Amino acid sequence: MHPALQGILTIAFGVGGCVGYFYLSNIILDHAIFPARGTHIARNIRRANIVRPWLFLLPALLALGLYLAYPVFETLRLSLTERVPGGGSVFVGLDNYKQMLGEDKFWEALQNNFLWLLVVPAGATAFGLLAAQLTDRIAWGNLAKSLIFMPMAISFVGAAVIWKLVYDARPPGAEQIGVLNAIYIYYGGDEAQQWLTIPFWNSFFLMAVLIWIQTGFAMVILSAALRGVPEDTIEAAIVDGANPFQIFFRIKMPQIMGTIVVVWTTITIVVLKVFDIVFAMTNGQWQTQVLANYMFDKLFRANDWGVGSASAMVIMLLVSPILIWNVYNARKEMR
Amino acid sequence: MANLKLTDIAKTYGGTVNVLNNINLDIQTGELVVFVGPSGCGKSTLLRMIAGLEKISAGTLEIDGQVVNDIPPAQRGIAMVFQSYALYPHMTVRDNMSFALKIAGKPKAEIDATIERVAKTLQLGELLDRLPKALSGGQRQRVAIGRSIVRNPKVYLFDEPLSNLDAALRVATRLEIAQLKESMPDSTMVYVTHDQVEAMTLADRIVVLANKGIAQVGTPLELYESPQNEFVAQFIGSPAMNLFPGKVIGTGDVTSLRLDGGGLITSDVPTTDEDMGLTVNVGVRPEDMLITEVENWVMECTVNIIEALGDVTVLYFDSLEGQAPWIAKLPGIHNGLRGQSVRLTATPAKVHLFHNGQSLLYR
Repeated sequence: MHPALQGILTIAFGVGGCVGYFYLSNIILDHAIFPARGTHIARNIRRANIVRPWLFLLPALLALGLYLAYPVFETLRLSLTERVPGGGSVFVGLDNYKQMLGEDKFWEALQNNFLWLLVVPAGATAFGLLAAQLTDRIAWGNLAKSLIFMPMAISFVGAAVIWKLVYDARPPGAEQIGVLNAIYIYYGGDEAQQWLTIPFWNSFFLMAVLIWIQTGFAMVILSAALRGVPEDTIEAAIVDGANPFQIFFRIKMPQIMGTIVVVWTTITIVVLKVFDIVFAMTNGQWQTQVLANYMFDKLFRANDWGVGSASAMVIMLLVSPILIWNVYNARKEMR
Repeated sequence: MANLKLTDIAKTYGGTVNVLNNINLDIQTGELVVFVGPSGCGKSTLLRMIAGLEKISAGTLEIDGQVVNDIPPAQRGIAMVFQSYALYPHMTVRDNMSFALKIAGKPKAEIDATIERVAKTLQLGELLDRLPKALSGGQRQRVAIGRSIVRNPKVYLFDEPLSNLDAALRVATRLEIAQLKESMPDSTMVYVTHDQVEAMTLADRIVVLANKGIAQVGTPLELYESPQNEFVAQFIGSPAMNLFPGKVIGTGDVTSLRLDGGGLITSDVPTTDEDMGLTVNVGVRPEDMLITEVENWVMECTVNIIEALGDVTVLYFDSLEGQAPWIAKLPGIHNGLRGQSVRLTATPAKVHLFHNGQSLLYR
């Protein structure tokens, strides 16, 4: 069968299945299980209404349970076992964790993750806030916003490829195409550099990619928040003699602090899970390893599911508190 | 501590939409002037032009003899109280009040002393460390007023400061503003409202704005007793002044008129011989209408609806076709008038005459 046809059939089957499920299960509930007639009509209607939300939520709960909840526990189990040659596995306690903690590469990844954590959310939020404020009052602000937002539509791998070209360096003698090298040489650099192989700084070159992507997200959310700042308070500040900087930092920013925190933590979670960019650009070489890529290395390259799962658990432990805080703040904002 | 002079002020948006024209106004030091008018008449726009929040399209604005058209708000020596209070939600009352002083770089000791003094006069002492969200509407408005007082401005600008308060609080806060003005006799205040009671009770002079310009300027009682035009006549006073179409049938120091309904009335407004036969609108305030038994009645009409308010009774009559119902406001309680036919008259001193919307008194 032609793949396109197969795709269409899958969509039709999936959507049709969903519609059919909701429609038919609803009919069965209303007519077969709790019919709205007879002596217990009021009770039946009440009961049907209690059951209905669960009925409609069931597919989603099952899917989430299967693809999110179950893997968490399975990963936890795997992180405590070791595969034995010839099939099967044995319980090894915390051995996998011990082995992982003894590896330099793990500590390098953890260290890099913290570096990312410091730089990327701060950078993306700051640039997003700047872009939101600067594009707010100008005629071509929306065009500028669209351009800044566009990287959000590019997959991380696509972005990585684009930026790899920016950092590209050809052998001496060959024609150079890297923008960064062009700038470097314009400002007096001697020869083209292999930017991604220069430890410590190369991590920042990778971070630039994620900042480039996330700035658009931060800008859109913060722009909406800035518009929600009451105009009156800004006018009152003008009458009080505040200059534009004071208005921005002392009147506007404090009023959107809740949103800034939500944006910051949301990006933090993205950063903790960062994988594609590192995978596609350096694959963790030259001291750019991060936790997610380390996990991938262990799980799918070394086939060491024990240590791989252990590192996955570490990522989850790091993300969870921030996620909870994020949800807490987002809810507070919505009230 | 300063006078304001508005000369030929106009406001145009985007070069085409004209909202205000030829505003000429002198506001003396220590005066409380109220801008009043229907919504959309540009009264807030005029205030915001004085504040410097809106650009002045044409004309000049002088504060204390200095043209301030191009001077930023903070340097005009004005302070503004907003309708929505416009308190900084993330700052405590103290920080709200001291913000302007901090921006101006005043020493901390001086700021603290000023805040303490103003907080005391406005009874905000215990609220100083609260956030605005923990205050009631009236308290918020007091903080907003306090925030303007600490700056010691030449001119206070109030933009409908009471309209977000409930009725009881509005009366209380109105009195507070009146007392505040009393305690600062040298400060000039400009106050915008759509509420004529606020205008009548607070103002030294009222500026009625309508049709992109000033309809009349005068003391509250001038506007009430001798309105320049039908708009002011009907805008000031509640219920609005009755207007009866009629014709001049006798001229002189006292004018006689025949109403289109058939009744006769005399007015103390003087007319000349040329006015004989002139079509006019005869204006009588509902509270000036009297029920009479004498022959010289103005009109005879049927009471349609009665509103008994206790202190007064408002009667609504059938009027000529296509006109608002005629209204009489009688002191005291009058039961059993509904459906009755009554004869009404008015004393000549209380009868206003308008031709083409303009009062014959001001020719």
